[in-house]
Amino acid sequence: MTAAGNRHLLEVIDLQAGFAIGGRYYPAIDHISLQVEPGKVTCIVGESGSGKSVLALSIMDLLPKDNGRRTQGEIRLNGRNLMEWSEAEMNRVRGREVGFVFQEPLTALNPIVTVGSQIQEALRNHKPLSRRESRALTIDLLRQVGILRPEAVFHEYPHQLSGGMRQRVMIAMAIACEPQLLIADEPTTALDVSVQAQILALFKSLQQQRGMALLLITHNLGVVAEMADEVIVMYAGEIVEQGDVDRIFHEPKHPYLQQLLQLIPRLDREYERFASIGGNVPSLLHMPQGGCRFAPRCPEAMERCFAEKPQMTDTGANHLVRCLLYSGGGASGGTDGGDDDD
Amino acid sequence: MTEREPPLLEVRSLTKEYPLIGAFRKRMGTIRALDDFSLAVRQGETVGLVGESGSGKSTAGRVIARLVEATSGSIVFQNRDITNATGAKLRGWRRDLQMIFQDPDTSLNPKLRVGDIVSEPVRNYTRLSGRQAQTLAAELLLRVGLSADACAKYPHEFSGGQKQRIGIARALALNPKLIVADEPVSALDMSVQAQVLNLMRDLQQESGLSYLFISHDLSIVHAISDRIGVMYAGRLIEWADKRSLYRTPLHPYTQQLIAAIPVPDPRLRANRIVPQDEPPGPAPRMSGCAFRARCGFAKPACAEIVPSLKPAAADHQVACHLYD
Repeated sequence: MTAAGNRHLLEVIDLQAGFAIGGRYYPAIDHISLQVEPGKVTCIVGESGSGKSVLALSIMDLLPKDNGRRTQGEIRLNGRNLMEWSEAEMNRVRGREVGFVFQEPLTALNPIVTVGSQIQEALRNHKPLSRRESRALTIDLLRQVGILRPEAVFHEYPHQLSGGMRQRVMIAMAIACEPQLLIADEPTTALDVSVQAQILALFKSLQQQRGMALLLITHNLGVVAEMADEVIVMYAGEIVEQGDVDRIFHEPKHPYLQQLLQLIPRLDREYERFASIGGNVPSLLHMPQGGCRFAPRCPEAMERCFAEKPQMTDTGANHLVRCLLYSGGGASGGTDGGDDDD
Repeated sequence: MTEREPPLLEVRSLTKEYPLIGAFRKRMGTIRALDDFSLAVRQGETVGLVGESGSGKSTAGRVIARLVEATSGSIVFQNRDITNATGAKLRGWRRDLQMIFQDPDTSLNPKLRVGDIVSEPVRNYTRLSGRQAQTLAAELLLRVGLSADACAKYPHEFSGGQKQRIGIARALALNPKLIVADEPVSALDMSVQAQVLNLMRDLQQESGLSYLFISHDLSIVHAISDRIGVMYAGRLIEWADKRSLYRTPLHPYTQQLIAAIPVPDPRLRANRIVPQDEPPGPAPRMSGCAFRARCGFAKPACAEIVPSLKPAAADHQVACHLYD
């Protein structure tokens, strides 16, 4: 389906989006540039307030209409700039070319419509199918997402299903029209670990079978390590580091990422004290202005970090970092990154 | 802190049943949220309780704190049986045990100033002048790493991690001996989780507190606890020293639970054993082992007899017929 050559499936260029609060506009994400390649898993990882969900919603123009808006940049899907598209045109893209899975299936599914009807609706919105055809397809989809008794579940309501089953239904709906890209925002956060493992395995197998690209948004670095080909690390509304999953975990560059990786409690270690990052993620209304947004919490911050805005710098092999330690000219060489391997 | 010293808290065979109500308020049977649950907490230690949703871990905490009444069983605290304590006796016990809750947004009264929230437990027991209460609140807030001027503010003026510190300050107000912490860091960001865990550990070292630390997250429970109990369908199915639990998990469920945790290293991406089924929802009790349907090693006995917790190694007990 993708065009020949090296065109990206999804390309975001210098995107800014934010919210109007009390008459003022506050950008929640800024300077966002990224690419998603066909058939690859790209993970966006960040803490709450990093802007990762705003980014996911902006891509499909799903920000709240009353105060959210995209103010700058381009979002290219197969080369076409979605920022210029009308609502009607976007409705044809959503669901058909790009599927969406949200964190909390109970709020994303309609409580008074049966599972089967909801999936059929998703199908028939985009494809001219008879009732019988869409019913057969729906049951097949339910089977594909690992639901053991699809005929029965077809007639059930969301509240009759467990959390894991509901998430499977969401996934069935999202892949119904065979999208090239599936965007999943914290799809396993509300689930138990054992169910999380099942859902991740399902994502992986569907993604591989269908050659679909997956943009997975999560706060969980374990999930990232398990799933990602490419990783995008966000902090305070900006991308601070991006690269291949192995380099992200074994040669982290940004002091934020280096510290973040130390935070995960590991079962094979014992702790006298837990590594922590002082301070808090800045809120939308109190974003550090001017310099690096992580500088106030950064153990390696230099004077210029508070004055000078770091740009994304390529450290080789498409491993990009937004940090003055790596931008050349003046940095003392800084950290060697690999020190948190075991 | 030797084995011989009597434990601070000892609960024996606690059971909590709820009626299962069907259509037209018809009673369909009972659900055992907590079933034959026994455990001991020593002075100065942290006992972790881990389990998935519906495992009964929160019910265990609430029954121990006497927030809900046990159906049967006993709770003994420093050799006093407080299972059915009422009146003054119950009030006395409540000074010794405090709770920290998961969500500081629902456990801190939004209409009260932080100073009043933090000093309220003491004001319930002793008459304090306004100034005494303020001094006390300021001291407590300093202990949890907040500044004294937080007293005059309202909860919404604080971040999630700071609110959880306020909850901890309130729990410390009466100098309790045991704190039941139910998912205390689950609502917090990773970087803030560690700050709160460090605080809890520092407070323990200062004052010899004990914690019953309840969480769904085995990595966090493992990091903070000395001994860990694993719960499944209302029962304690494994109980061990934390090293032993991680190195040699015995119960097939514990093994699955550990295997299901994503490892934060892409080079260790393994073909993990993915459990086939989901944890059970509330349902009337069935015979035998509740885990047998999801267990790869189930044998006929598992359908007949409920396995009870038996010693399998030093500091390690398991409830599984594989080790009979």
